[in-house]
Amino acid sequence: MSGLKDAGHLFRFAGLFVLAFLIFLVVRHYIVPKSFGQYGHYRGAAMGEIAAHPAKFAGHDACETCHSDIADKKKTGKHAHVNCEACHGALYQHVAGPEQPKPGLYQRFLVLAGKAIPPDPAVLRHADDPSTVVPVKPDTAVLCARCHTASAAKPKGFPQVVPADHSNGMPCETCHQPHNPAIDAGGAK
Amino acid sequence: MNISRRQMLVLLPAAAVAWKFVLAETPEQSPNYKMSDHWWGMLIDIPKCIGCGNCVRACRTENDVPEGFYRTWVERYHVSDEDMTNPEVISPEGGENGFPVAVEDSKKYFFVPKMCNHCADSPCTQVCPVGATFISPDGVVLVDPKYCLGCAYCVQACPYGCRYIHPKKEVADKCTLCYHRITQGLTTACCEVCPTGARQLVDLKDPKDPIHEFLKTHAVQVLKPQMATGAKAFYNGLDGSVR
Repeated sequence: MSGLKDAGHLFRFAGLFVLAFLIFLVVRHYIVPKSFGQYGHYRGAAMGEIAAHPAKFAGHDACETCHSDIADKKKTGKHAHVNCEACHGALYQHVAGPEQPKPGLYQRFLVLAGKAIPPDPAVLRHADDPSTVVPVKPDTAVLCARCHTASAAKPKGFPQVVPADHSNGMPCETCHQPHNPAIDAGGAK
Repeated sequence: MNISRRQMLVLLPAAAVAWKFVLAETPEQSPNYKMSDHWWGMLIDIPKCIGCGNCVRACRTENDVPEGFYRTWVERYHVSDEDMTNPEVISPEGGENGFPVAVEDSKKYFFVPKMCNHCADSPCTQVCPVGATFISPDGVVLVDPKYCLGCAYCVQACPYGCRYIHPKKEVADKCTLCYHRITQGLTTACCEVCPTGARQLVDLKDPKDPIHEFLKTHAVQVLKPQMATGAKAFYNGLDGSVR
């Protein structure tokens, strides 16, 4: 023990280290977010926050829920694989109402407790009045030309025309109905 | 507000559970979505791309991408068959407003849509000094804007040039593969509006996804395979001149 007689200052110093380490642990506990390290060296909750970004495009399934007549017309034509919002623009708000309410804590509890059915994105909640946000009728002179103006860079099999020669300035929908563009399918209604 | 005893009995445990839910910082994803069931990627079918720019516009709208920056863009290649190493590449405004009409000549033309490759071994996430960018368990490379310092190390590290510093938020920003959409069962905005199906969201963990058959039967490549990034943007019909 005689070797430790004069070692008091070392123990005091070690005590200080332990104290500093404890303070570090306490501070760390409060400043590191709870979800950090949940899945890896990042904040797990970040994914939820990114996923909470509001959507702008509703997706064609939502459109076809109500506009089944157009969907049927489109199905048989060459534009069958062109989705609604490719031409009509982003219309989530037309489907879900001008402001998409975030689920409150109570709704989330109900879902958790199995008392409520989680919102099914395929059948989006319809706006009480879809007419509050309505699509603007696209200008076919711009819209059709965007895809169908002839260019050597486009795939050879893709239907393309030189607009000035093709229609002599007439609007496209005089002859082609955009939802089913074959001429025998009729012009604009 | 008058609350009856019966309502109170429902509300109290509700509040207790909800509070725990909030404290746990549980991601606000769709309750039906399980991260471990997915491994996302993208199929880009070059022979189908017509360079209309729908994807670029839709991405800007969907994700509030600031003017002058692009999470996805389209390039037009013009390549001589004798000199594949010097292609002429243009991408006016990222292809957002289409391309000038190309006149047929002796060289070949084609469009190449570009975006984050959501690499499985991404260089960008490896260099982040603070754990602000990461590969999610479902294979999407994301940025945590609350943790990002804006040091731009990841912007330099990305071999595909897919990241930028957001001019207002001053943090790194990039394609999220529309994480807010795919976790709800929707496809990405660019895939939704692509008129020719040149872009398709793929889930490599879904055995029913047609991507498996496609990869088996087509000559599919990734960009810069020599960098071993594990890129998950699969290009069909990719020309050797594409950088």
